[in-house]
Amino acid sequence: MNQPRQPWSLPVIVGSIGRPVNNALQRLGFASRFFVMLLFCSGQSFRRLHLTLREIYFSGFQSLLIIMVSGLFIGMVLGMQGYETLQRYGSAEALGVLVALSLVRELGPVVAALLFASRAGSSITAEIGLMKATEQLTAMDMMAVNPIARVVAPRFWGGVLSMPLLAAIFSSTGVFGGYLIGVVFIGVDEGAFWSQMQASVDFRFDVWSGIVKSFVFGIAVSLIAVFEGYDAVPTAEGVSGSIKSTVVKSALAILALDFVLTSFMFREA
Amino acid sequence: MPADNLVEIESLDFAYDDRVILNGISLTIPRGKVVAIMGGSGCGKTTLLRLIGGQLRPSRGEIRVDGLSVPALSSADLYALRRRMGMLFQFGALFTDISVFDNVAYQMREHTTLPEELIRDMVLLKLNAVGLRGAHGLMPAELSGGMARRVALARAISLDPMLIMYDEPFAGLDPISLGVIGQLIRKLNDALGATTIMVTHDIQESLLIVDFIYFMSDGKVVALGTPDEIRASRHPFVHQFVCAEADGPVPFHYPAAPLAAELLADGRA
Repeated sequence: MNQPRQPWSLPVIVGSIGRPVNNALQRLGFASRFFVMLLFCSGQSFRRLHLTLREIYFSGFQSLLIIMVSGLFIGMVLGMQGYETLQRYGSAEALGVLVALSLVRELGPVVAALLFASRAGSSITAEIGLMKATEQLTAMDMMAVNPIARVVAPRFWGGVLSMPLLAAIFSSTGVFGGYLIGVVFIGVDEGAFWSQMQASVDFRFDVWSGIVKSFVFGIAVSLIAVFEGYDAVPTAEGVSGSIKSTVVKSALAILALDFVLTSFMFREA
Repeated sequence: MPADNLVEIESLDFAYDDRVILNGISLTIPRGKVVAIMGGSGCGKTTLLRLIGGQLRPSRGEIRVDGLSVPALSSADLYALRRRMGMLFQFGALFTDISVFDNVAYQMREHTTLPEELIRDMVLLKLNAVGLRGAHGLMPAELSGGMARRVALARAISLDPMLIMYDEPFAGLDPISLGVIGQLIRKLNDALGATTIMVTHDIQESLLIVDFIYFMSDGKVVALGTPDEIRASRHPFVHQFVCAEADGPVPFHYPAAPLAAELLADGRA
């Protein structure tokens, strides 16, 4: 029924700001409680390791192709762009360093996490959301099987454990891509390419911080994916909204977290 | 508590936010009987099942299953109780990522340490009871609606529960499947020595198989009796239901302002 539109008054304006803020806070609180509950229910994911291994296969192993191909292309682009800039200053031999540092510190963890969110995160959300919509989660609960322990936690840990490995593979194929373009096609000195990389990339400072980043991104993306699925409105429209939400929120979370982590990790650099 | 009642519900209230669903309902389910709970769509029948299964908590009142107060149980005790309950969901709620066999074996594998050979024999026996032993290798997506319902039935009875709950077991079935499911509900209840609660609005099918019927309307029991008493009833609600009349105590229209007033109001807006 059409109601006459209310004029813009102070309570209406305050309400229109307050309601979304209130809802967002409430949802954040629910997500935090969900996370704590997930951690409490995680024992089974490790006692019955096959549950988690299955999820590592689905979200980790099956993302390998997209991760490796994207890594290779990004490495090749870095090789070309890096050479283009470096040779102007006569330091084309530093190409290896540029490619490796860009990948290991930033592009590897960030791009791999973005790809992981769209490839695996979205499918985790869809799967859990549809299980909810078709009452499979309720049925499981009625069979005295905790759906958070049985369905949610293994998917979460599968994502968390896969993410650093995928980021490492992404960076490695990227370095290989840079090598292909820089050394094989352009003709940068191979010895200089590898030795400068070896000399300038520090394991604890560069590689380790990349691993920490990808681990944090893994937690963020997996948590968003399982939460959005578990909290989905159990209809076709609701599940599709949750999938969209997973991809958008993961991307924002990855980029925001990357900024925060980078500003802490490379303060002295 | 009289020992011959498996489920006892006393002046139970339940509301979703402000919407009152159950309003001081009281009923008992005797052991070993098949009891139907009937009423129009949205009268709170499914909610009642969920309250008995402990998935929802009542705002007021008592639910006892086998002498245990369901709302007061800890989650561990509730899971222990649910292992003795089987529930058939409206659309089966089969796990779509595993086969028919694995669906029926699910609870045996989760809750028992039986060897796989024994589980295999038990699963085949359960599937045989619903006439689908030959379909054990199929995936849920390959089943018709009626077959899926029967598989879900085999899954619900996989641990020989003391209480079997059916949520709309007849919804959306062809007349043959409908008769098959009806007979199965009766036979399985008697063979397992279980107690059955069946929520449905299919009066004709239910009158053939149940021992007792409760009629619900507006969150209360409005009529009760054996199938013969129900057929002979002069109660206006029961009469409307049995004879499938469009208007009566259950109005055809959802509450609304008079049509003329609403049309005029819309014209002005």
